[in-house]
Amino acid sequence: MKYDWQWSVFLQMASDGSGTWLHYLFVGLLWTLATALAAWVIALTIGATVGTLRTTPIRWVVRLGNAYVEIFRNVPLLVQMFLWFFVMPELLPARLGDAIKQMPPPWGSYVPAVLCLGIYTSVRVAEQIRAGIQSLPRGQHMAGTALGLTLPQTYRYVLLPMAFRIILPPLTSEFLNVIKNSSVALTIGLLELTGRARAMQELTFKVFEAFAAATVLYLLTNLIIVLLMRVLERRLRVPGFIGSAPQGTAGH
Amino acid sequence: MFSGYDFDVIRRSLPYLFREGMTFTVTLTLMAMTGGIIFGTLLAMMRLSRFKVLGLVAGGYVNLMRSIPLVLVIFWFFFLVPYIGAWIIGADQPVAVGAFLSCVITFTMFEAAYYSEIMRAGIQSIPRGQVAAGQALGLNYWQSMGYIVLPQAFRNMLPVLLTQTIILFQDTSLVYVISVTDFLGAAAKIANRDYRLVEMYTFVAVVYFIICFSLSYLVKILQRRIAIVR
Repeated sequence: MKYDWQWSVFLQMASDGSGTWLHYLFVGLLWTLATALAAWVIALTIGATVGTLRTTPIRWVVRLGNAYVEIFRNVPLLVQMFLWFFVMPELLPARLGDAIKQMPPPWGSYVPAVLCLGIYTSVRVAEQIRAGIQSLPRGQHMAGTALGLTLPQTYRYVLLPMAFRIILPPLTSEFLNVIKNSSVALTIGLLELTGRARAMQELTFKVFEAFAAATVLYLLTNLIIVLLMRVLERRLRVPGFIGSAPQGTAGH
Repeated sequence: MFSGYDFDVIRRSLPYLFREGMTFTVTLTLMAMTGGIIFGTLLAMMRLSRFKVLGLVAGGYVNLMRSIPLVLVIFWFFFLVPYIGAWIIGADQPVAVGAFLSCVITFTMFEAAYYSEIMRAGIQSIPRGQVAAGQALGLNYWQSMGYIVLPQAFRNMLPVLLTQTIILFQDTSLVYVISVTDFLGAAAKIANRDYRLVEMYTFVAVVYFIICFSLSYLVKILQRRIAIVR
């Protein structure tokens, strides 16, 4: 049983004529990163807000936050992707929906993919932020009150700066998750790294070369991010704390 | 708002959706869970073993699986399994492996990496003295693992293992990328045939939500009941 390896395929011209196959996959990596970064901005913004609100003493706000988290955590990412891509434009007012459906090729799938990934990830970020805030000693909140700070001020100057520094390590792994999860966007036609590896395999029949190259690119990206974040984590570590944050053990 | 929609298509396709689709999804989840926990426990034992080489191999495998996307892993195994099959039986052509078997192998291998991290934490949470007590009683490695460490590790980690299984249940929807008819795949087929995308995908989302929400609620209750007071 032999497989005929042919690594030189990467130097051949890709069928879309834009460059070699290696270049074709590299552009895919850039799309993966562009999707992940944009989604990460949404995830951090919404996640930080929802996570913070869930620790406040205002009961209905907490309940609303819980509902948000439960809804987006209990539906598979692929199904959410389909909801954003196929269902959302139909439910919007006709003119807006049509405008979304007529977006030119990469954007037509890029925008829903970013929205979907951003909101999907925001739930996990919210959980981490909440855990980070709740891991702080109760005295910190009380000290803020004793100093005469209002509730928003206590969060802004006392609780959140600490919480963010504590949850940096789990946030790093969430960011790595966004990069991996962005591959699901290939189902709605976004040609990111995995999507391009599949397209290359279909066009050249060099199955394992294509997937091996994609795997190596993912591993390198992971490695670079982990190394960069390790530097950041070291600089931002809160003195006096043993390890990092409360970690959720299940997940991807 | 819903005037132009035909929700009857859901009622008409219920038998197909559940008898074909959901059966596939649930069977795949249960088989991958069983295989994944067994293989994952072995990986965890390798990582914690005295033999450095075993630890390196298992660690490398777990980190590799955890750093690449599941979609890519599904593609890898979809094409790789026929070659592995040929290698095992010594054929000189890739053997045809059914989509179901291919999926079970993929998800077992992939989720084992995640289960192994959970089991590793579980094994490490057992006090060292217990293993020493086992040795003092004359138990060998496998006996002390099998009778003392693993049962307790398993019990401590049961809620996390189940939470991971709920994630696995959601992840199985990704078999869509190799055109397998799971619950989502079945719904997608009907959605495209009858052009009822809004109705079918909304229904799929609601069903997944109800199942996963109830399961995670049950896990929460279980967690409270089996917690060992120390």
